[in-house]
Amino acid sequence: MIKSFKKNIKGILIEGLTLSSAVVIIAIVVVMVTVIVIGGKNQISWEFLTSFPEDGMTKGGIFPAIYGTALLVIIMSIAAVPFGTITAIYLTEYAKENSIIAKTIRFAVRTLAVIPSIIYGLFGLGFFIKFVGTTMDSTFLGGHLKWGQPNILWASLTMALLTLPVVIVSVEEALKTVPDDLRAASLALGATKWQTIWKVVIPGSISGIMTGTILAVSRGAGEVAPILFTGVAYYVATLPASFSDQFMVLGYHIYVMTTQSANVDKTLPIQFGTTLVLLALTFILNISAIILRYRIRKKKIN
Amino acid sequence: MNLEKIQTENMFLYYGTKMALNDISIKIPEKKVTAFIGPSGCGKSTFLRSLNRMNDLIDGVKIEGKIIVDDINIYGKNIDVVTLRKKIGMVFQRSNPFAKSIYENVAYGPKINGLNDRKQLNEIVETALKNAAIWDEVKDRLGDSALGLSGGQQQRLCIARTLAVNPEIVLMDEPASALDPLSTSKIEELIVQLKENYTIVIVTHNMQQAARISDQTAFFYLGELIEYDKTKKIFTNPDKKQTEDYITGRFG
Repeated sequence: MIKSFKKNIKGILIEGLTLSSAVVIIAIVVVMVTVIVIGGKNQISWEFLTSFPEDGMTKGGIFPAIYGTALLVIIMSIAAVPFGTITAIYLTEYAKENSIIAKTIRFAVRTLAVIPSIIYGLFGLGFFIKFVGTTMDSTFLGGHLKWGQPNILWASLTMALLTLPVVIVSVEEALKTVPDDLRAASLALGATKWQTIWKVVIPGSISGIMTGTILAVSRGAGEVAPILFTGVAYYVATLPASFSDQFMVLGYHIYVMTTQSANVDKTLPIQFGTTLVLLALTFILNISAIILRYRIRKKKIN
Repeated sequence: MNLEKIQTENMFLYYGTKMALNDISIKIPEKKVTAFIGPSGCGKSTFLRSLNRMNDLIDGVKIEGKIIVDDINIYGKNIDVVTLRKKIGMVFQRSNPFAKSIYENVAYGPKINGLNDRKQLNEIVETALKNAAIWDEVKDRLGDSALGLSGGQQQRLCIARTLAVNPEIVLMDEPASALDPLSTSKIEELIVQLKENYTIVIVTHNMQQAARISDQTAFFYLGELIEYDKTKKIFTNPDKKQTEDYITGRFG
Protein backbone atom coordinates (compact mmCIF):
# COMPACT_ATOMS: atom_id res chain seq x y z
CA MET A 1 0.00 0.00 0.00
CA ILE A 2 1.53 3.26 -1.08
CA LYS A 3 0.10 6.44 0.36
CA SER A 4 -0.92 8.90 -2.30
CA PHE A 5 1.25 11.96 -2.38
CA LYS A 6 -1.82 14.21 -2.16
CA LYS A 7 -3.13 12.57 0.97
CA ASN A 8 0.27 12.69 2.54
CA ILE A 9 0.63 16.41 1.91
CA LYS A 10 -2.83 17.05 3.32
CA GLY A 11 -1.96 15.19 6.52
CA ILE A 12 1.28 17.11 6.92
CA LEU A 13 -0.47 20.42 6.31
CA ILE A 14 -3.15 19.77 8.91
CA GLU A 15 -0.65 18.63 11.48
CA GLY A 16 1.51 21.66 10.76
CA LEU A 17 -1.43 23.99 11.09
CA THR A 18 -2.50 22.59 14.47
CA LEU A 19 1.09 22.61 15.70
CA SER A 20 1.63 26.20 14.64
CA SER A 21 -1.43 27.43 16.53
CA ALA A 22 -0.10 25.66 19.60
CA VAL A 23 3.29 27.30 19.10
CA VAL A 24 1.62 30.72 18.78
CA ILE A 25 0.08 30.24 22.22
CA ILE A 26 3.44 29.40 23.74
CA ALA A 27 5.01 32.36 21.97
CA ILE A 28 2.40 34.77 23.34
CA VAL A 29 3.01 33.60 26.90
CA VAL A 30 6.78 33.69 26.52
CA VAL A 31 6.83 37.14 24.91
CA MET A 32 4.40 38.58 27.46
CA VAL A 33 6.23 37.25 30.49
CA THR A 34 9.67 38.06 29.06
CA VAL A 35 8.77 41.67 28.22
CA ILE A 36 7.30 42.21 31.68
CA VAL A 37 10.17 40.54 33.49
CA ILE A 38 12.88 42.35 31.51
CA GLY A 39 11.08 45.69 31.79
CA GLY A 40 10.33 45.35 35.46
CA LYS A 41 13.15 43.38 37.03
CA ASN A 42 15.46 46.35 37.63
CA GLN A 43 12.64 48.22 39.24
CA ILE A 44 11.98 45.59 41.90
CA SER A 45 13.72 46.35 45.14
CA TRP A 46 12.86 46.23 48.79
CA GLU A 47 12.40 49.99 48.67
CA PHE A 48 10.05 49.82 45.66
CA LEU A 49 7.86 47.30 47.45
CA THR A 50 7.78 49.13 50.78
CA SER A 51 7.63 52.86 50.04
CA PHE A 52 5.02 55.34 48.89
CA PRO A 53 4.88 56.91 45.42
CA GLU A 54 6.70 60.25 45.10
CA ASP A 55 6.83 63.17 42.67
CA GLY A 56 3.47 62.58 41.00
CA MET A 57 4.17 58.81 40.87
CA THR A 58 7.26 59.21 38.74
CA LYS A 59 9.40 57.97 41.61
CA GLY A 60 9.10 55.98 44.78
CA GLY A 61 7.35 52.69 45.41
CA ILE A 62 3.99 50.99 45.29
CA PHE A 63 3.48 49.90 48.88
CA PRO A 64 -0.02 51.42 49.26
CA ALA A 65 -1.18 49.55 46.14
CA ILE A 66 0.18 46.23 47.45
CA TYR A 67 -1.33 46.84 50.88
CA GLY A 68 -4.68 47.90 49.37
CA THR A 69 -4.79 44.84 47.10
CA ALA A 70 -4.08 42.54 50.05
CA LEU A 71 -6.70 44.18 52.24
CA LEU A 72 -9.23 44.10 49.42
CA VAL A 73 -8.87 40.36 48.84
CA ILE A 74 -8.87 39.59 52.57
CA ILE A 75 -12.15 41.41 53.24
CA MET A 76 -13.54 40.00 50.02
CA SER A 77 -12.66 36.43 51.07
CA ILE A 78 -14.13 36.87 54.54
CA ALA A 79 -17.39 37.80 52.83
CA ALA A 80 -17.39 35.50 49.80
CA VAL A 81 -15.97 32.21 51.11
CA PRO A 82 -18.41 31.50 53.97
CA PHE A 83 -21.36 32.77 51.94
CA GLY A 84 -20.36 30.77 48.87
CA THR A 85 -19.61 27.65 50.92
CA ILE A 86 -22.97 27.78 52.65
CA THR A 87 -24.73 28.19 49.31
CA ALA A 88 -22.81 25.24 47.90
CA ILE A 89 -23.72 23.16 50.95
CA TYR A 90 -27.37 23.99 50.45
CA LEU A 91 -27.19 23.01 46.78
CA THR A 92 -25.40 19.69 47.26
CA GLU A 93 -26.63 18.55 50.67
CA TYR A 94 -30.12 19.94 51.15
CA ALA A 95 -31.78 20.96 47.87
CA LYS A 96 -33.30 18.20 45.79
CA GLU A 97 -31.38 17.87 42.55
CA ASN A 98 -34.16 19.02 40.24
CA SER A 99 -36.22 21.16 42.54
CA ILE A 100 -37.28 24.58 41.30
CA ILE A 101 -35.29 26.34 44.01
CA ALA A 102 -32.05 24.48 43.16
CA LYS A 103 -32.52 25.17 39.46
CA THR A 104 -33.19 28.83 40.17
CA ILE A 105 -30.08 29.15 42.34
CA ARG A 106 -27.90 27.45 39.72
CA PHE A 107 -29.34 29.72 37.04
CA ALA A 108 -28.59 32.75 39.21
CA VAL A 109 -25.02 31.57 39.85
CA ARG A 110 -24.43 31.03 36.13
CA THR A 111 -25.86 34.46 35.41
CA LEU A 112 -23.63 36.09 38.04
CA ALA A 113 -20.65 34.41 36.42
CA VAL A 114 -21.27 35.93 32.98
CA ILE A 115 -22.21 39.46 34.03
CA PRO A 116 -19.47 41.84 32.81
CA SER A 117 -17.37 43.06 35.71
CA ILE A 118 -18.08 46.75 35.02
CA ILE A 119 -21.76 46.05 35.73
CA TYR A 120 -20.77 44.75 39.17
CA GLY A 121 -19.08 48.09 39.67
CA LEU A 122 -22.26 49.94 38.74
CA PHE A 123 -24.29 47.65 40.96
CA GLY A 124 -21.92 48.27 43.88
CA LEU A 125 -22.24 52.01 43.32
CA GLY A 126 -26.04 51.89 43.16
CA PHE A 127 -26.65 49.33 45.89
CA PHE A 128 -23.86 49.56 48.46
CA ILE A 129 -23.00 53.26 48.20
CA LYS A 130 -26.17 55.00 47.09
CA PHE A 131 -28.63 52.72 48.88
CA VAL A 132 -27.01 50.98 51.87
CA GLY A 133 -24.38 53.63 52.59
CA THR A 134 -26.68 56.61 52.22
CA THR A 135 -29.32 54.94 54.35
CA MET A 136 -26.72 54.22 57.05
CA ASP A 137 -25.59 57.86 56.99
CA SER A 138 -29.09 59.28 57.25
CA THR A 139 -30.16 56.75 59.91
CA PHE A 140 -27.13 56.69 62.22
CA LEU A 141 -25.11 59.81 61.42
CA GLY A 142 -27.86 62.35 60.83
CA GLY A 143 -26.95 62.76 57.20
CA HIS A 144 -23.23 63.22 57.78
CA LEU A 145 -21.47 61.75 54.74
CA LYS A 146 -19.38 58.74 55.76
CA TRP A 147 -20.67 55.49 54.27
CA GLY A 148 -22.46 56.96 51.26
CA GLN A 149 -19.22 57.28 49.30
CA PRO A 150 -16.66 54.87 47.86
CA ASN A 151 -14.58 52.96 50.40
CA ILE A 152 -12.73 49.69 50.86
CA LEU A 153 -15.68 47.91 52.44
CA TRP A 154 -18.06 48.54 49.54
CA ALA A 155 -15.32 47.74 47.04
CA SER A 156 -14.53 44.44 48.80
CA LEU A 157 -18.19 43.45 49.00
CA THR A 158 -18.67 44.27 45.31
CA MET A 159 -15.63 42.14 44.51
CA ALA A 160 -17.05 39.39 46.74
CA LEU A 161 -20.18 39.30 44.57
CA LEU A 162 -18.04 38.95 41.47
CA THR A 163 -16.03 36.05 42.89
CA LEU A 164 -19.01 34.31 44.50
CA PRO A 165 -19.73 32.07 41.47
CA VAL A 166 -16.10 30.88 41.48
CA VAL A 167 -16.36 29.93 45.15
CA ILE A 168 -19.79 28.29 44.82
CA VAL A 169 -18.84 26.21 41.81
CA SER A 170 -15.51 24.97 43.17
CA VAL A 171 -16.92 24.17 46.62
CA GLU A 172 -19.88 22.41 45.03
CA GLU A 173 -17.54 20.29 42.91
CA ALA A 174 -15.50 19.47 46.00
CA LEU A 175 -18.56 18.48 48.05
CA LYS A 176 -19.69 16.21 45.23
CA THR A 177 -16.41 14.30 45.35
CA VAL A 178 -17.23 13.09 48.89
CA PRO A 179 -18.77 9.65 48.28
CA ASP A 180 -22.39 9.14 49.34
CA ASP A 181 -21.20 5.96 51.09
CA LEU A 182 -19.52 8.14 53.71
CA ARG A 183 -22.65 10.20 54.27
CA ALA A 184 -24.61 6.96 54.67
CA ALA A 185 -22.01 5.57 57.10
CA SER A 186 -22.21 8.67 59.25
CA LEU A 187 -26.01 8.76 59.28
CA ALA A 188 -26.16 5.05 60.07
CA LEU A 189 -24.03 5.73 63.16
CA GLY A 190 -26.72 8.05 64.44
CA ALA A 191 -25.18 11.31 63.28
CA THR A 192 -27.52 14.12 62.36
CA LYS A 193 -27.38 15.60 58.90
CA TRP A 194 -25.50 18.66 60.14
CA GLN A 195 -22.99 16.53 62.09
CA THR A 196 -22.43 14.54 58.91
CA ILE A 197 -21.80 17.70 56.89
CA TRP A 198 -19.58 19.26 59.54
CA LYS A 199 -17.49 16.20 60.48
CA VAL A 200 -17.37 14.21 57.26
CA VAL A 201 -18.37 16.20 54.19
CA ILE A 202 -16.55 19.49 54.86
CA PRO A 203 -13.28 17.88 56.06
CA GLY A 204 -13.44 15.67 52.97
CA SER A 205 -13.69 18.65 50.67
CA ILE A 206 -11.45 21.15 52.43
CA SER A 207 -8.98 21.11 49.54
CA GLY A 208 -11.74 22.21 47.18
CA ILE A 209 -12.84 24.96 49.53
CA MET A 210 -9.24 26.21 49.80
CA THR A 211 -8.76 25.99 46.05
CA GLY A 212 -11.95 27.95 45.47
CA THR A 213 -10.77 30.59 47.91
CA ILE A 214 -7.40 30.99 46.25
CA LEU A 215 -8.91 31.14 42.77
CA ALA A 216 -11.35 33.78 43.98
CA VAL A 217 -8.51 35.77 45.57
CA SER A 218 -6.47 35.49 42.40
CA ARG A 219 -9.39 36.78 40.35
CA GLY A 220 -10.13 39.54 42.85
CA ALA A 221 -6.51 40.67 42.91
CA GLY A 222 -6.50 41.21 39.17
CA GLU A 223 -9.90 42.79 38.53
CA VAL A 224 -10.25 46.55 38.40
CA ALA A 225 -13.66 47.31 36.92
CA PRO A 226 -15.80 46.36 39.97
CA ILE A 227 -13.90 48.71 42.28
CA LEU A 228 -13.64 51.69 39.92
CA PHE A 229 -16.76 53.34 41.30
CA THR A 230 -16.81 51.69 44.68
CA GLY A 231 -13.60 52.51 46.48
CA VAL A 232 -10.32 52.54 44.60
CA ALA A 233 -8.42 55.81 44.52
CA TYR A 234 -5.97 57.41 42.12
CA TYR A 235 -3.74 58.26 45.02
CA VAL A 236 -4.14 58.31 48.79
CA ALA A 237 -1.42 59.60 51.03
CA THR A 238 -2.21 57.24 53.92
CA LEU A 239 -2.95 53.55 54.15
CA PRO A 240 -6.61 52.64 54.69
CA ALA A 241 -7.18 52.36 58.43
CA SER A 242 -10.94 51.99 58.50
CA PHE A 243 -13.65 50.37 56.41
CA SER A 244 -14.74 53.82 55.27
CA ASP A 245 -11.33 54.72 53.78
CA GLN A 246 -10.42 54.69 50.12
CA PHE A 247 -7.44 52.68 48.97
CA MET A 248 -5.03 51.98 46.12
CA VAL A 249 -4.80 48.78 44.10
CA LEU A 250 -2.09 47.34 41.82
CA GLY A 251 -4.26 46.91 38.72
CA TYR A 252 -5.72 50.39 38.95
CA HIS A 253 -2.31 51.86 39.69
CA ILE A 254 -1.04 50.53 36.36
CA TYR A 255 -4.04 52.04 34.62
CA VAL A 256 -3.67 55.51 36.14
CA MET A 257 0.05 55.61 35.47
CA THR A 258 -0.42 54.73 31.80
CA THR A 259 -3.39 57.01 31.15
CA GLN A 260 -3.69 59.70 33.80
CA SER A 261 -0.11 60.51 34.61
CA ALA A 262 1.27 63.93 33.71
CA ASN A 263 4.37 62.29 32.33
CA VAL A 264 3.63 58.80 31.08
CA ASP A 265 7.12 58.13 29.79
CA LYS A 266 8.67 58.93 33.13
CA THR A 267 6.43 56.45 34.92
CA LEU A 268 7.24 53.65 32.46
CA PRO A 269 9.71 51.78 34.72
CA ILE A 270 7.22 51.91 37.57
CA GLN A 271 4.48 50.64 35.27
CA PHE A 272 6.64 47.65 34.38
CA GLY A 273 7.57 47.09 38.00
CA THR A 274 3.94 47.21 39.16
CA THR A 275 2.86 44.88 36.35
CA LEU A 276 5.56 42.40 37.32
CA VAL A 277 4.43 42.49 40.95
CA LEU A 278 0.80 41.91 39.97
CA LEU A 279 1.76 39.10 37.63
CA ALA A 280 3.96 37.48 40.27
CA LEU A 281 1.19 37.78 42.85
CA THR A 282 -1.37 35.98 40.68
CA PHE A 283 1.20 33.34 39.71
CA ILE A 284 2.09 32.71 43.33
CA LEU A 285 -1.57 32.41 44.29
CA ASN A 286 -2.31 29.95 41.51
CA ILE A 287 0.79 27.89 42.21
CA SER A 288 -0.05 27.74 45.92
CA ALA A 289 -3.55 26.55 44.95
CA ILE A 290 -1.98 23.74 42.94
CA ILE A 291 0.50 22.82 45.69
CA LEU A 292 -2.23 22.85 48.31
CA ARG A 293 -4.43 20.56 46.26
CA TYR A 294 -1.52 18.21 45.65
CA ARG A 295 -0.52 18.08 49.33
CA ILE A 296 -4.01 17.39 50.58
CA ARG A 297 -4.49 14.70 47.97
CA LYS A 298 -1.22 13.08 48.99
CA LYS A 299 -2.19 13.25 52.64
CA LYS A 300 -5.51 11.63 51.86
CA ILE A 301 -3.85 8.71 50.11
CA ASN A 302 -1.44 8.06 52.98
CA MET B 1 -41.29 -12.67 77.36
CA ASN B 2 -41.09 -11.27 73.88
CA LEU B 3 -38.21 -12.75 71.97
CA GLU B 4 -39.02 -10.94 68.74
CA LYS B 5 -36.62 -8.08 68.36
CA ILE B 6 -38.00 -6.93 65.04
CA GLN B 7 -41.41 -7.61 63.66
CA THR B 8 -43.05 -6.33 60.49
CA GLU B 9 -46.73 -6.49 59.74
CA ASN B 10 -48.13 -6.20 56.23
CA MET B 11 -45.33 -3.95 55.12
CA PHE B 12 -45.33 -2.51 51.61
CA LEU B 13 -42.68 -0.30 50.04
CA TYR B 14 -43.01 1.77 46.89
CA TYR B 15 -40.42 3.57 44.78
CA GLY B 16 -42.74 6.24 43.40
CA THR B 17 -45.58 4.13 42.04
CA LYS B 18 -43.56 0.94 41.64
CA MET B 19 -44.10 -1.61 44.36
CA ALA B 20 -40.77 -2.99 45.61
CA LEU B 21 -41.91 -4.90 48.70
CA ASN B 22 -45.23 -6.67 48.80
CA ASP B 23 -46.89 -7.47 52.10
CA ILE B 24 -43.91 -8.49 54.21
CA SER B 25 -44.67 -9.93 57.63
CA ILE B 26 -41.73 -11.39 59.49
CA LYS B 27 -40.53 -11.91 63.06
CA ILE B 28 -36.81 -11.62 63.70
CA PRO B 29 -35.59 -13.11 67.01
CA GLU B 30 -33.20 -11.45 69.41
CA LYS B 31 -29.50 -12.41 69.50
CA LYS B 32 -29.65 -14.66 66.49
CA VAL B 33 -28.32 -14.33 62.98
CA THR B 34 -31.08 -13.92 60.44
CA ALA B 35 -30.13 -14.09 56.77
CA PHE B 36 -32.03 -12.64 53.81
CA ILE B 37 -31.34 -14.42 50.55
CA GLY B 38 -32.73 -14.13 47.04
CA PRO B 39 -31.75 -13.09 43.52
CA SER B 40 -30.68 -9.53 42.71
CA GLY B 41 -33.54 -7.07 42.77
CA CYS B 42 -35.72 -9.26 44.98
CA GLY B 43 -36.03 -6.53 47.61
CA LYS B 44 -33.84 -8.04 50.34
CA SER B 45 -31.51 -5.04 50.59
CA THR B 46 -34.40 -2.61 50.34
CA PHE B 47 -36.08 -4.41 53.20
CA LEU B 48 -32.91 -4.37 55.29
CA ARG B 49 -32.53 -0.63 54.74
CA SER B 50 -36.10 -0.09 55.89
CA LEU B 51 -35.21 -1.50 59.31
CA ASN B 52 -33.09 1.52 60.26
CA ARG B 53 -34.90 3.93 57.95
CA MET B 54 -31.97 4.43 55.60
CA ASN B 55 -34.54 4.45 52.79
CA ASP B 56 -35.64 7.83 54.11
CA LEU B 57 -32.63 9.23 52.24
CA ILE B 58 -34.04 8.16 48.87
CA ASP B 59 -36.58 10.44 47.24
CA GLY B 60 -39.97 8.98 46.47
CA VAL B 61 -39.86 5.99 48.83
CA LYS B 62 -43.18 5.33 50.53
CA ILE B 63 -43.76 2.72 53.20
CA GLU B 64 -47.03 1.25 54.41
CA GLY B 65 -47.65 -1.17 57.25
CA LYS B 66 -45.71 -1.52 60.46
CA ILE B 67 -42.12 -2.22 61.37
CA ILE B 68 -41.95 -2.85 65.09
CA VAL B 69 -38.68 -2.86 67.00
CA ASP B 70 -38.99 -3.59 70.72
CA ASP B 71 -42.74 -2.99 70.59
CA ILE B 72 -42.38 0.42 68.93
CA ASN B 73 -43.47 1.16 65.36
CA ILE B 74 -40.37 2.84 63.95
CA TYR B 75 -42.38 4.48 61.19
CA GLY B 76 -44.79 5.96 63.72
CA LYS B 77 -45.03 9.62 64.56
CA ASN B 78 -42.55 11.11 67.05
CA ILE B 79 -39.83 8.63 66.14
CA ASP B 80 -36.39 10.20 66.25
CA VAL B 81 -34.51 8.64 63.36
CA VAL B 82 -31.14 9.66 64.79
CA THR B 83 -31.76 7.78 68.06
CA LEU B 84 -33.18 4.85 66.13
CA ARG B 85 -30.01 4.53 64.06
CA LYS B 86 -27.87 4.50 67.19
CA LYS B 87 -29.83 1.48 68.33
CA ILE B 88 -29.80 -0.18 64.91
CA GLY B 89 -26.35 -0.05 63.35
CA MET B 90 -25.50 -0.85 59.75
CA VAL B 91 -22.53 -2.30 57.90
CA PHE B 92 -22.49 -1.66 54.17
CA GLN B 93 -21.57 -3.74 51.16
CA ARG B 94 -18.56 -1.64 50.28
CA SER B 95 -16.36 -0.82 53.24
CA ASN B 96 -16.62 2.91 53.77
CA PRO B 97 -14.17 4.12 56.42
CA PHE B 98 -13.83 7.88 56.79
CA ALA B 99 -10.63 9.54 55.60
CA LYS B 100 -9.52 9.76 59.21
CA SER B 101 -7.25 7.71 61.44
CA ILE B 102 -8.25 4.21 62.56
CA TYR B 103 -8.86 5.58 66.05
CA GLU B 104 -10.98 8.50 64.84
CA ASN B 105 -13.12 6.20 62.71
CA VAL B 106 -14.12 4.13 65.72
CA ALA B 107 -14.41 7.14 68.02
CA TYR B 108 -16.64 8.97 65.53
CA GLY B 109 -19.95 7.60 66.82
CA PRO B 110 -19.26 8.12 70.55
CA LYS B 111 -17.90 11.59 69.81
CA ILE B 112 -20.98 12.77 67.93
CA ASN B 113 -22.95 11.56 70.93
CA GLY B 114 -21.03 14.09 72.98
CA LEU B 115 -18.41 11.84 74.60
CA ASN B 116 -15.11 13.68 74.85
CA ASP B 117 -13.39 11.99 77.77
CA ARG B 118 -10.12 10.62 76.35
CA LYS B 119 -9.93 7.69 78.76
CA GLN B 120 -13.47 6.53 78.11
CA LEU B 121 -12.99 6.95 74.36
CA ASN B 122 -9.79 4.88 74.49
CA GLU B 123 -11.66 2.10 76.25
CA ILE B 124 -14.55 2.16 73.79
CA VAL B 125 -12.22 2.14 70.79
CA GLU B 126 -10.21 -0.77 72.20
CA THR B 127 -13.29 -2.81 73.07
CA ALA B 128 -14.92 -2.18 69.72
CA LEU B 129 -11.77 -3.12 67.80
CA LYS B 130 -11.39 -6.28 69.92
CA ASN B 131 -15.01 -7.24 69.36
CA ALA B 132 -14.53 -6.75 65.65
CA ALA B 133 -11.46 -9.04 65.76
CA ILE B 134 -9.09 -6.45 64.35
CA TRP B 135 -7.41 -5.11 67.51
CA ASP B 136 -4.24 -7.18 67.19
CA GLU B 137 -3.71 -6.05 63.61
CA VAL B 138 -4.10 -2.31 64.28
CA LYS B 139 -3.24 -1.72 67.94
CA ASP B 140 0.20 -0.35 67.09
CA ARG B 141 -1.00 2.07 64.43
CA LEU B 142 -4.26 3.54 65.65
CA GLY B 143 -3.15 6.95 64.43
CA ASP B 144 -2.63 5.80 60.84
CA SER B 145 -5.17 6.53 58.14
CA ALA B 146 -7.91 3.93 57.89
CA LEU B 147 -7.57 4.09 54.12
CA GLY B 148 -4.23 2.29 54.35
CA LEU B 149 -5.88 -0.93 55.60
CA SER B 150 -6.71 -3.85 53.32
CA GLY B 151 -10.30 -4.32 52.15
CA GLY B 152 -11.02 -7.01 54.72
CA GLN B 153 -9.49 -4.97 57.53
CA GLN B 154 -11.46 -1.91 56.44
CA GLN B 155 -14.68 -3.87 56.63
CA ARG B 156 -13.87 -5.15 60.14
CA LEU B 157 -13.00 -1.56 61.08
CA CYS B 158 -16.43 -0.51 59.84
CA ILE B 159 -17.96 -3.21 62.01
CA ALA B 160 -15.93 -1.90 64.98
CA ARG B 161 -17.14 1.60 64.19
CA THR B 162 -20.72 0.35 64.28
CA LEU B 163 -20.18 -1.55 67.55
CA ALA B 164 -18.64 1.52 69.22
CA VAL B 165 -22.07 3.16 69.24
CA ASN B 166 -23.29 0.18 71.26
CA PRO B 167 -26.26 -0.80 69.09
CA GLU B 168 -28.65 -3.64 69.87
CA ILE B 169 -29.15 -4.66 66.28
CA VAL B 170 -26.55 -4.79 63.52
CA LEU B 171 -27.77 -4.81 59.93
CA MET B 172 -25.28 -6.07 57.37
CA ASP B 173 -25.77 -5.53 53.66
CA GLU B 174 -23.64 -8.15 51.87
CA PRO B 175 -20.70 -7.29 54.12
CA ALA B 176 -18.30 -9.79 52.56
CA SER B 177 -19.29 -9.67 48.91
CA ALA B 178 -16.31 -7.52 47.91
CA LEU B 179 -13.75 -9.51 49.92
CA ASP B 180 -11.35 -12.38 49.25
CA PRO B 181 -12.13 -15.83 50.75
CA LEU B 182 -9.80 -15.43 53.75
CA SER B 183 -11.26 -12.06 54.73
CA THR B 184 -14.73 -13.45 54.15
CA SER B 185 -14.16 -16.32 56.56
CA LYS B 186 -12.87 -13.88 59.18
CA ILE B 187 -16.00 -11.77 58.84
CA GLU B 188 -18.17 -14.88 59.06
CA GLU B 189 -16.46 -16.05 62.26
CA LEU B 190 -16.94 -12.59 63.64
CA ILE B 191 -20.66 -12.54 62.85
CA VAL B 192 -21.16 -15.83 64.68
CA GLN B 193 -19.37 -14.39 67.73
CA LEU B 194 -21.34 -11.18 67.61
CA LYS B 195 -24.72 -12.85 67.96
CA GLU B 196 -23.95 -13.46 71.63
CA ASN B 197 -24.56 -9.79 72.26
CA TYR B 198 -26.28 -8.46 69.17
CA THR B 199 -29.21 -9.24 66.94
CA ILE B 200 -27.74 -9.66 63.46
CA VAL B 201 -29.62 -9.33 60.20
CA ILE B 202 -27.53 -10.04 57.14
CA VAL B 203 -28.29 -9.81 53.45
CA THR B 204 -26.21 -12.15 51.35
CA HIS B 205 -26.20 -13.43 47.81
CA ASN B 206 -23.95 -16.25 48.92
CA MET B 207 -26.13 -19.18 49.92
CA GLN B 208 -23.30 -21.16 51.50
CA GLN B 209 -22.63 -18.16 53.66
CA ALA B 210 -26.25 -18.01 54.80
CA ALA B 211 -26.18 -21.74 55.50
CA ARG B 212 -22.94 -21.49 57.49
CA ILE B 213 -23.67 -18.56 59.76
CA SER B 214 -27.40 -17.95 60.11
CA ASP B 215 -30.01 -19.37 62.45
CA GLN B 216 -32.99 -18.27 60.37
CA THR B 217 -33.19 -17.66 56.67
CA ALA B 218 -35.73 -15.66 54.72
CA PHE B 219 -36.03 -16.13 50.98
CA PHE B 220 -37.20 -13.11 49.01
CA TYR B 221 -38.32 -13.16 45.40
CA LEU B 222 -39.75 -10.30 43.33
CA GLY B 223 -40.51 -8.21 46.37
CA GLU B 224 -42.26 -10.95 48.28
CA LEU B 225 -41.18 -12.97 51.28
CA ILE B 226 -41.56 -16.47 49.87
CA GLU B 227 -40.39 -18.53 52.81
CA TYR B 228 -38.92 -17.93 56.25
CA ASP B 229 -37.79 -20.65 58.59
CA LYS B 230 -34.90 -22.19 60.44
CA THR B 231 -31.86 -22.11 58.16
CA LYS B 232 -31.48 -25.87 58.32
CA LYS B 233 -35.04 -26.40 57.15
CA ILE B 234 -34.75 -23.88 54.30
CA PHE B 235 -31.62 -25.53 52.96
CA THR B 236 -32.63 -29.15 53.42
CA ASN B 237 -36.36 -29.34 53.16
CA PRO B 238 -38.02 -26.11 52.00
CA ASP B 239 -41.80 -25.98 51.81
CA LYS B 240 -42.03 -23.89 48.66
CA LYS B 241 -40.94 -24.98 45.22
CA GLN B 242 -39.49 -21.53 44.41
CA THR B 243 -37.22 -21.76 47.43
CA GLU B 244 -36.04 -25.20 46.43
CA ASP B 245 -35.41 -24.05 42.86
CA TYR B 246 -33.35 -21.13 44.10
CA ILE B 247 -31.21 -22.95 46.65
CA THR B 248 -30.49 -25.76 44.22
CA GLY B 249 -29.35 -23.19 41.69
CA ARG B 250 -32.10 -23.65 39.15
CA PHE B 251 -32.54 -19.88 38.88
CA GLY B 252 -31.18 -16.69 40.35
